[in-house]
Amino acid sequence: MIKVSGLTKDYGSRRAIDNLTFNAQQGEIVGFLGPNGAGKTTTMRILTGYMPPTDGEAIVAGYDIVEESLEARKRIGYLPESVPLYQDMVVWDYLQYMGELRRIPNAGERVEEVLEMVGLIDRAEGYIGNLSKGMKQRVGLAQALLHHPEVLILDEPTIGLDPSQVVEVRELIREIGKERTVLLSTHLLNEAQNLCDRVLIINKGKIVAEDTTENLQSSLLGAERALVRVGGENDGLVETIKSVKGVRKVKVNDDGAVEFEFASGKDLRAEVAKAVVTNNYELIEFRSLGMSLEEIFLELTHGEGKR
Amino acid sequence: MKNIWTIAKREYNNYFGGALAYVVMAAVLFPLGIYFSLILLYNSQQGLYGGAAAPDITPITGLFAFLMIFLSPALTMRLLSDEARMGTIELLLTAPIRDGELVVGKWLGAMLFILTLIGVTLIYPIVLNNFVSPGIDWMVVVSAYIGLILICAVMLALGVGISAIFTNQFAAFFVTLGLLFFLYFMIGLPSGLLPQSGQIFNYLSIQSHFERMNSGTLTLGGIVYDLSLVVFGLFAGFTAIETRRWR
Repeated sequence: MIKVSGLTKDYGSRRAIDNLTFNAQQGEIVGFLGPNGAGKTTTMRILTGYMPPTDGEAIVAGYDIVEESLEARKRIGYLPESVPLYQDMVVWDYLQYMGELRRIPNAGERVEEVLEMVGLIDRAEGYIGNLSKGMKQRVGLAQALLHHPEVLILDEPTIGLDPSQVVEVRELIREIGKERTVLLSTHLLNEAQNLCDRVLIINKGKIVAEDTTENLQSSLLGAERALVRVGGENDGLVETIKSVKGVRKVKVNDDGAVEFEFASGKDLRAEVAKAVVTNNYELIEFRSLGMSLEEIFLELTHGEGKR
Repeated sequence: MKNIWTIAKREYNNYFGGALAYVVMAAVLFPLGIYFSLILLYNSQQGLYGGAAAPDITPITGLFAFLMIFLSPALTMRLLSDEARMGTIELLLTAPIRDGELVVGKWLGAMLFILTLIGVTLIYPIVLNNFVSPGIDWMVVVSAYIGLILICAVMLALGVGISAIFTNQFAAFFVTLGLLFFLYFMIGLPSGLLPQSGQIFNYLSIQSHFERMNSGTLTLGGIVYDLSLVVFGLFAGFTAIETRRWR
């Protein structure tokens, strides 16, 4: 659905994105992560046909975004980062206008549907300028969904929403992502972790990592981690865990829980659990620990990740 | 074509959504109404409602064209500059519409508004016709109104083109005003400035073409010149949008 190869964009002498290559399939939600100025918005603007690349190719929904721009644009729903809206327009009129520009048959019916979807049907007759930031964000999202796009490109889609709206919008994106291709940028790492099938981490215009969050964790760490918590005294627990062959890096957290690490592909969790119970510790918690996406992000973009 | 109409319709409605439409209407109809009343008063006092000295509509259309030098920049200044300032241009340029359709749609929206206003002024020749015996020369009226529509089309197209270049609507206003002032009053530039400059200024001035049409002489050269300026203005807007994409 999205095929990008060798995409490069120069702003004068500054290279904003450098030879990006990635794919996104139908039914996949791909997260785009990176620090400010990494090139996320530039990439999205190229993919939506707003600006041409300096070099490289982008195929969106089967159409070259430069050569067959209009055909590609018909199939893309886009929510820009700043959510640009006509403040002096009524919500309904704005969506009707965008619907007509997108040649949606019976635009009025569809406007009603998307307003229901984003929970703004009761504000349909209100002026956009009078809406809260979160509501404006939802109007922008409604605009992006109007024409049943095959590809949805969302720049920070949940920014400015209150927690319950964030949950609703994420659920909506998840639902859309079952059938369509969604590329979203976010600075909320937990959002990418919870929502995305795959993440692309971009830094200084280059993709520095591309995989599922689980694979990124294990490939970066080369190890897996787990946590053990026991009731009562935990004297000698560290030694007990260390006694299991293959366990490395055992440490006690401030709250008394013990973390340990073992090589990927050699699952020692059952053996450790058995050792803990056999030594008469009251096992109350045992769980695997992944490396958080935040740690991966920092590791890849600044090389200062915490382990 | 449908996209042009959709954009034009929104712009037309948008004028009436704010105060601008009413301010422009008042700024045109109030002086025109006073002027028309004075013409009627003067002619009734002089008993000039017949023969060669009978009044016609040309002072009214002439005043309308003059007022448009100041009012058309107000109508066009925000058409594209505001889209760029607010960022809404990003949605338009990523929607399946051609850059040319966007520029023409904006111009057509302003044009429809002016045509509405021109339509209102048709009351003047109708009223005048009732006073003049054996009636006013309708061919002059048609020619004057074609001239008026053309000069408005030129002013609005140049305004839209300039609006596409700027993100600040006031910059777009003053640059448009300056250009229109120059194009309109170019006829008054000293003819000794360049060899044959009198003829050149006369041809390039939008006022000279308008005055000929306003007095009942439709010339192909005048129509072609005005239409060329419309195309030039719209093409400038299109080029500015294209350039924005490539920056």
